[in-house]
Amino acid sequence: MSELRDILEDTVTRLFGDLATRETLEAAENGDWPEALWTALTESGLTRPLVSESQGGAGAGWHDAFVIIKAAGRFAAPVPLPETILAGWLLDRSGMDIPDGPLTIACTDAAHTPTLSQRDGEWRISGDLPAVPWGADAGHVVSTAQHDGDSRLVLANTSDAACRPDRNTAREPRDRLSFASAPVTLLDRETAPKDGIALYGAMIRAAQMAGAVERTLAEAVQYANDRVQFGRPIAKFQAIQHQLATLAALSAQATLAAETAFRAADRRDPRFEIACAKVIAGEAAGAAAAIAHQVHGAIGFTYEHSLHFATRRLWSWRPEFGGESQWAEELGRTVAARGGDALWTDLTQRQSAGAAE
Amino acid sequence: MPEIQFEPCDLPPETETIREEVRDFLREALAEYPASRLAKSWAEGDAGFSRKVAQRGWIGMTWPKKYGGQERSALERYVMLEEMLAMGAPVGLHWIADRQSGPLILRFGTEAQRQEFLPPITRGEAFFCIGMSEPDSGSDLASVRTRAEKVDGGWVVNGTKVWTSGAHRCDFMIGLFRTSGAPEDRHEGLSQFLVDMKMPGIEIRPIINMTGDHDFNQVHFEDVFLADDRLIGGTGDGWKQVVAELAFERAGPERYMSNIPMIRQLINASTQAPGERAAVGIGRMVAQLATLREMSLSVAGMQNAGKDPALEGTVVKELGVTFEQGIPGIAQDLTDAEPLLEHGDEFGKSLAFVTQASVSYSLRGGTREVVRGIIARGLGLR
Repeated sequence: MSELRDILEDTVTRLFGDLATRETLEAAENGDWPEALWTALTESGLTRPLVSESQGGAGAGWHDAFVIIKAAGRFAAPVPLPETILAGWLLDRSGMDIPDGPLTIACTDAAHTPTLSQRDGEWRISGDLPAVPWGADAGHVVSTAQHDGDSRLVLANTSDAACRPDRNTAREPRDRLSFASAPVTLLDRETAPKDGIALYGAMIRAAQMAGAVERTLAEAVQYANDRVQFGRPIAKFQAIQHQLATLAALSAQATLAAETAFRAADRRDPRFEIACAKVIAGEAAGAAAAIAHQVHGAIGFTYEHSLHFATRRLWSWRPEFGGESQWAEELGRTVAARGGDALWTDLTQRQSAGAAE
Repeated sequence: MPEIQFEPCDLPPETETIREEVRDFLREALAEYPASRLAKSWAEGDAGFSRKVAQRGWIGMTWPKKYGGQERSALERYVMLEEMLAMGAPVGLHWIADRQSGPLILRFGTEAQRQEFLPPITRGEAFFCIGMSEPDSGSDLASVRTRAEKVDGGWVVNGTKVWTSGAHRCDFMIGLFRTSGAPEDRHEGLSQFLVDMKMPGIEIRPIINMTGDHDFNQVHFEDVFLADDRLIGGTGDGWKQVVAELAFERAGPERYMSNIPMIRQLINASTQAPGERAAVGIGRMVAQLATLREMSLSVAGMQNAGKDPALEGTVVKELGVTFEQGIPGIAQDLTDAEPLLEHGDEFGKSLAFVTQASVSYSLRGGTREVVRGIIARGLGLR
């Protein structure tokens, strides 16, 4: 591990351990913005790891940011930290100033893509952004918008939108923002990847899921060792041991799949690795939540227990920025187009191409 | 809770040299092999092929030169192995000696044993089989009852080993025998021996597996005399040595790559522009394959860095065999293929073989249940 990554991991683990408490999580689920947590993240430089140092960031790479984003998942941090990191990176790549405060991103689809127009030399956006993470709390949103059949990345001020608050299964804000000819700034299409939100959004969700899967494992192992039935801890039963062994294997796999995608993002077009990561982490998310709940029994189904903070997030994040089938279909088409004989050589080539840089 | 941690591994550039060498070699050496034979992967042995591999210096390639090795790095060997497996090369005959018997002799053997056995292994002239399981000792390996009784100048062995892959084609066995105590003494009193398969008193009986192939054997020992210098390591150290040997056996890339040739055929059988159903099926498979490779590579990298990724290796086996075991089902589902054994095509013959063989993947090298138990112990549950 790099020294910077070690420092970031220590910092973020300590900070979330202190501030992403049960009280904070519950309050956030009731609609309170966790100001103390966000302020601490900002002051520790964890909200802008990828932003260049001249812009007040840490100038780190995606692989470094991986530890922050995975930890956000592990601690169920009720703030748009991964979204702010991604939005900041896209803006920084475009040479734009990074607005203060939390930022968010909007994943649009064909049915919900706002349109751009130009008036008096200014670009304006009209239309709805559905299910924007912390749309009401974030000051700005980076989204895609359509103009003359072309897709562009834009930065909009959320205060220019009409907001209809909503929540996902994890009771994280997923708000609809409706714009009517609101001013926007276009991101640089040369330097900011056009598919930046859909693609890198899938990558950050994969890392968050890996973190939350790890959390379900830790909770389930702890519970199995503590809970006594039939005169012994249930961890001593082979049926439980094998369930948890499966969960541990899937957790480790999801983490490495996500980390591989983040490493690739520092080196080359990471589309293949991100697709793999979203498929693997999504599959792990479903299995992990099921196993962890089964091991916990009825207590895990109560609000009083903490397991649901991780599992409800897993169910919420799994379909965001494309579910497994969507990414698998893309992977399958890519591989089939190259043919079976190229599969292995392509795979080894990607790895060595990364290492050489 | 001790963490299972896969550190990402970047292969050093020199491994690309051997990768290309192995690819060039295999292009020629495997030119005449039908796809259905390559589908058998490392279950298939070919003495002529093994000797060609030996001539390239790729058996025991990390061992000291004085024992016939090449002193190449563990990661170069890893790349050589994954290239062999990626093509389905018939490495079965020399595989065991290269993977575990040789390393065992190198680590626990006497100088005389190293000089006697290692050079012939590297020349592809000494093939090894594993004498662990017995009719009453499968997953419960510590209960072995085949006994080596101390006599003047050596040991006399009586008992039966079973599921001995390739015993009928191998020159030597490393056998786990009880040298003291009773099966109830479990790990105590076990020792390992180097057994020449041509010794009088050894009878090898074939066990035909359900694919119709002869791979397994039952090996009977009746008053087989082994001289004192056939004992490997210490008397009573057998269990400790076997645990180390099994770590070599479980952590390699063959635990997820057995069906790569079938995957290649499956993708070739689909069109270049597959429908949604086939694309999703192929994509899920490829996501697993790519991730398992990173995991396997990570284990190799950590081993190379002097760490002990035994738990991580076990996790790769758990996920890897489940992955490779699922391939025939995916192939059946996506292609509607019904293999015909007599006049079918290569795809069908390959599919018929791997469909049957795949059940063994989660049995060999430690059953899924044993493997999950090891992971559970690593999690602090046992």
